[in-house]
Amino acid sequence: MAAGEQYNYDIVRKFSIMALVWGVLGMTAGVYIAAELAFPFMNFDIPELTFGRLRPVHTTLVIFGFGGSALFATSYYIVQRTCQTRLSSASLANFTFWGWQSVIVLGVISYVLGYSQGREYAEFSWPLDLLITVVWVAYLVIYVQTIRHRSQPHIYVANWFFMAFILATAILHVFNNLAVPVGLFSLSSYSAFSGVQDAMTQWWYGHNAVGFFLTAAFLGMMYYFVPKQAGRPVYSYRLSIIHFWALVFLYMWAGAHHLHWTALPDWTSTLAATFSILLLLPSWGGMINGIMTLSGAWDKLRSDPVMMFLITALSFYGMSTFEGPLMALKSVNALSHYTDWTIGHVHSGALGWVAMVSFGSMYHLIPRLYDTEMYSKKLMYVHFWLASIGIVLYITAMWVAGIGQGLMLRGFDEYGNLAYSFIETVIFLKQPYIWRTIGGAFFLAGMLVMVYNVFATIRQAKKETAILDAKIAAKLANA
Amino acid sequence: MRHENIETNVGLLVALTLVVISIGGLIEIVPLFFIDETIEQVKTTDGKDAIRPFTPLESRGRDIYIREGCYLCHSQMIRPFRDEILRYGHYSLAAESQYDHPFQWGSKRTGPDLARVGGKYSNEWHTQHMIAPRSVMPDSIMPNYPWLLENDLKYNDIAGRLKSQRIVGVPYSLTDEEYEANVERFGKEAADRLNIHAAEENLMAQAEQGNYDGDRSRLTEMDALVAYLQVLGTMVDFKQYDEGHFAEFR
Repeated sequence: MAAGEQYNYDIVRKFSIMALVWGVLGMTAGVYIAAELAFPFMNFDIPELTFGRLRPVHTTLVIFGFGGSALFATSYYIVQRTCQTRLSSASLANFTFWGWQSVIVLGVISYVLGYSQGREYAEFSWPLDLLITVVWVAYLVIYVQTIRHRSQPHIYVANWFFMAFILATAILHVFNNLAVPVGLFSLSSYSAFSGVQDAMTQWWYGHNAVGFFLTAAFLGMMYYFVPKQAGRPVYSYRLSIIHFWALVFLYMWAGAHHLHWTALPDWTSTLAATFSILLLLPSWGGMINGIMTLSGAWDKLRSDPVMMFLITALSFYGMSTFEGPLMALKSVNALSHYTDWTIGHVHSGALGWVAMVSFGSMYHLIPRLYDTEMYSKKLMYVHFWLASIGIVLYITAMWVAGIGQGLMLRGFDEYGNLAYSFIETVIFLKQPYIWRTIGGAFFLAGMLVMVYNVFATIRQAKKETAILDAKIAAKLANA
Repeated sequence: MRHENIETNVGLLVALTLVVISIGGLIEIVPLFFIDETIEQVKTTDGKDAIRPFTPLESRGRDIYIREGCYLCHSQMIRPFRDEILRYGHYSLAAESQYDHPFQWGSKRTGPDLARVGGKYSNEWHTQHMIAPRSVMPDSIMPNYPWLLENDLKYNDIAGRLKSQRIVGVPYSLTDEEYEANVERFGKEAADRLNIHAAEENLMAQAEQGNYDGDRSRLTEMDALVAYLQVLGTMVDFKQYDEGHFAEFR
């Protein structure tokens, strides 16, 4: 029996395609709002196009649309392959697909119309929060049921990470979105908590959206696709155990480093800084385990573009998980907080790690889903270089912007007065903002190349199937 | 326990993961609701609470602030650094955002901090700046918000909005006892403005009196937003306290 019949590949295909669609739209929105900051006329006095309304559109499309769909796709694929069993329920899986896509579409429409909870990365209005909760419970049920039906005694390490991601996201989502609606037919609501407690809850959510949605889950992806593509077992089983438990434990403490020097009590932010530094260990544990899996097959870095994506992703993961603890130090944070350094840091993780590991995984996955080869290896290289150049331009521009602005804002003249007014720092930011936009455009261009390559691959697969069918039909007719 | 037991039993894996991921949040979040010093008591000279909830008009202004995503470029949290205190004023107190559902501390300053913007500029300046920021600040990169002056303010659901906030703990008064308690706590003038039954009249009266957008004949979204901006950071009179008074809470 072919793998395509043994496993539910249909749901994996659907989520993969949508990951690409949301990726293109989300990155386009990102490039657009980046351009608005350099050239404010691009807001065009149209409410729906202003930075304030489009920014949640960008973050939602790339995190939940692109990232979320890529995670659904790969986790459904991995859990079936590693448990050697079919997904527990096709109809429930279809429900998660349509439910999740509705959330993204309705969310984006509601943002441009001005409906937002005013919580970063959790801007969805309360009815959408309820829908997300239902979809997520269905996801959990499918995942646990499929693992229970496994024909292997062991649960493979990738699934631990996906399990932790599903559980943590459920808890974070529910508690951060507690709110009282204005009415049954109103999209507005007021959050259950206020001020200090609300800030702490939001950044507990915000940081662990990064920690579990954008890290643990993508490590799950890494733990399947890196060994598979390298054709070698995971470097260290022991390391994977230690870094799994350390990572999921430590991450949950780190959120308050987003609130250093604020009205949050010192004890909380000190705890968060401490755990942020500790986080370096499991983060690098994961990176080392991934990269060292390639030992003995280093030549693949020259010959295999999929491997280039995956290993570059791990390198960026290592870099941004070093930068993160650094920025979580109170003294560094005093400079970096509120500036574009944070934005650059997020993107070295989001573009360098999350997107690159997704691209690598997709390039491994797509040909297998359609039972063919990638249409063009050359275009994969083109994509790789466009993306890499884009990331470097982006984060370098943001380092200049963030550190530059931070230093200007704390500059004093010889009489002890402020050396710069705020608007002088805005003028300084113009050049870096232009370079950031160019970097983003490079990355988006790479994404478009990928979409074309995937489209051509699927078309080619259909052609191959048609030829095969014709041959069989001819044979049968002759027989 | 051997790790093999965990990785061959999905129930155990789920249970242990839940325990491990819950600890951090529980230890950092739950105490904030119970440790009294988390939010300092800020009293005026006559013993009233200095920080009061937003009036109906200010509250609607805050809704618009959130609708337009202002928090994505402006923080409302001044840190205790020399440059920030020179630029923005006294560092922010926890008490000052105690009625903010949700909090609006922000995470990025593409524009300046707004925690104490109240009273710094005139109503006319704010209105003009909102319609066309570059007409008063040539190098600003803020979008124009001309529609704020064109749109009539919707306030037919103001009572419902205050009621929802009351459920989450903001002391808007619905009963006589609650009203009396507010008189005791905030003084009569403030208590009157927090009375949900009189929300609509209060809203219209404040807009009429404040004339925030410079056009008394209409009640626009600009009225509400400017009313909100003008109250930010103005509730505590820091001259009343010794230097370092609030440092004890940090």
